Amino acid sequence: MIVGVPFRGLPRPQKKQIRKATDHGFVGLGMLATAFGVFAVGVLLFDVATDGVGVLNWDFLNSFPSRTAEEAGVKPALLGTLWVMAFTALFAVPVGVGAAIYLEEFAGKNWFTKIIEININNLAGVPSVVYGLLGLALFYYWFNLGPSIITGALTLGLLILPIIIVAAREGLRSVPPSIREAAIALGSTKWQAVRFQVLPVAMPTILTGVILALARAIGETAPLIVIGAFTSVFFVPTSPTDAFTVLPIQIYSWISRPLAGFQENAAAGMIVLLVVLLSMSSVAVALRHILAKRRMW
Amino acid sequence: MLALALCAVMSIVTTLGIVIVLLSEAVPFFTEVSVWKFVSGKDWSPLFSPQSFGSLPLLSATAFIGAMAMAVAFPIGLLTAIYLSEYAPEGLRAVVKPVLEVLAGIPTVVFGFFAVYFISPNIVKTLFSTDATYNAITAACAMGVMLIPMVVSLSDDAMRAVPSALREGAHALGANRFQVAVRVVVPAALSGIVAAGLLALARAVGETMIVTIAAGNAANLSGNPFEAMQTMTAFIIDVVRGDTARGTIEYQSAFAVGLWLFVFTLVINLLAQALLAKFREVYE
Repeated sequence: MIVGVPFRGLPRPQKKQIRKATDHGFVGLGMLATAFGVFAVGVLLFDVATDGVGVLNWDFLNSFPSRTAEEAGVKPALLGTLWVMAFTALFAVPVGVGAAIYLEEFAGKNWFTKIIEININNLAGVPSVVYGLLGLALFYYWFNLGPSIITGALTLGLLILPIIIVAAREGLRSVPPSIREAAIALGSTKWQAVRFQVLPVAMPTILTGVILALARAIGETAPLIVIGAFTSVFFVPTSPTDAFTVLPIQIYSWISRPLAGFQENAAAGMIVLLVVLLSMSSVAVALRHILAKRRMW
Repeated sequence: MLALALCAVMSIVTTLGIVIVLLSEAVPFFTEVSVWKFVSGKDWSPLFSPQSFGSLPLLSATAFIGAMAMAVAFPIGLLTAIYLSEYAPEGLRAVVKPVLEVLAGIPTVVFGFFAVYFISPNIVKTLFSTDATYNAITAACAMGVMLIPMVVSLSDDAMRAVPSALREGAHALGANRFQVAVRVVVPAALSGIVAAGLLALARAVGETMIVTIAAGNAANLSGNPFEAMQTMTAFIIDVVRGDTARGTIEYQSAFAVGLWLFVFTLVINLLAQALLAKFREVYE
């Protein structure tokens, strides 16, 4: 018996035409709302593309920022984004996947795991600028790491940790228990079953989640501004303790400069950023596709 | 095994870290500025002398812009979700969902650009006779568009979780699609839909870049959407962008505002989680 909808009596009899008209009207409204969202994506992408495509060329990708809009480029920002992404992944992926394995495979259902679960849900809702304050006080000052790549990566790592944990748990949950039981019946330990049977099968789903989480990290601006990332960097970072900037911050600094030409630079920077993000999500989609084909049960 | 457990504990350490860090800077702040003055003061000018720390302008701007953004995102998002879940053919769904996913994946700095260079000149300035580029309504419109995919996907999930037996029962009693959607499915999924709205609201309250770029960054206690405003998040960015040294009251004020922000979003999120838990209890 399904509960949930109180019975409020039968609807008053209406004329058939009126009922039909409300139904049609509502369909129209729904279509309009749906079209609005799709249209908004189109307008936004078109606006950015038309503004930015004129300045987008190899020089733009390979130049440093400049006081004149024509000479400015995104080289340090693009490389900074790649550096930060790599170190964010280095920190957040093992910890996130480890936590997921613990929660899904080893920990029972008790008060401790319940607290961790509630906590993860709430962490996912903490504003990113608050993570920035955490990074500023903790990594920048207490650990004395300064406005370095490692400070940025640790801050973003904490930010995407809940996303990775949730995605990895979903991946592990999709592996049927019979796989684990079969491995254990053949004499492997719990850990061996997880390491050699469950994890390889769950890997594509986990990777998809990891890529989407990293894409989220790449688009973040506010926490990195808070930890003191520079707005204009005139060198290419060569070590994780170097100062840095990232694409979104470079874009922001161009947006907030109302001189002619910088609007186009900002738009071109966004095209670069969106291309990076789009290629990451296509890898994720491809992985999902491979997974669907390889599914054995 | 222990290492794995430590990974899981990391999430608790993060929460504790946030609370400790915010408190460690906010407590010295509140010894200088009374909590009551902070909560009820109507003048916020911490970066200019004479300094004043009444956070009402930040709070009202955050609530005002958040509410306007929700006024755009919630009706549009909910109607889209009802249409996709109850009316649209599978083929259309398969097209619209990925498009909305693209919208959800666009970084907020891009929405800030869209607000200043598209919404402000083409929509706000043409529809309303105003000539200010940076104002609350511009930021709210961009934020509303940003929130649509979130409202759609969460409320679509909630409505799809409603068992089809309820729909079939209503149809069997002679209800048409409109009556099924509005009088059966939406009430049945109500707690999930409200949770979707709350989660989107928490996102709006915590959103930083759109308001930093487009809302004008001037602390202003006003209900006029065509004036510049500064939200709590935009203020935090304002402080850290200037050369504020650690230990000064300006630096600490960013953490005090951050603490407020953390508490607000936490309360909204906990409410949403409680509603979702109730929703799952009914149907799973």
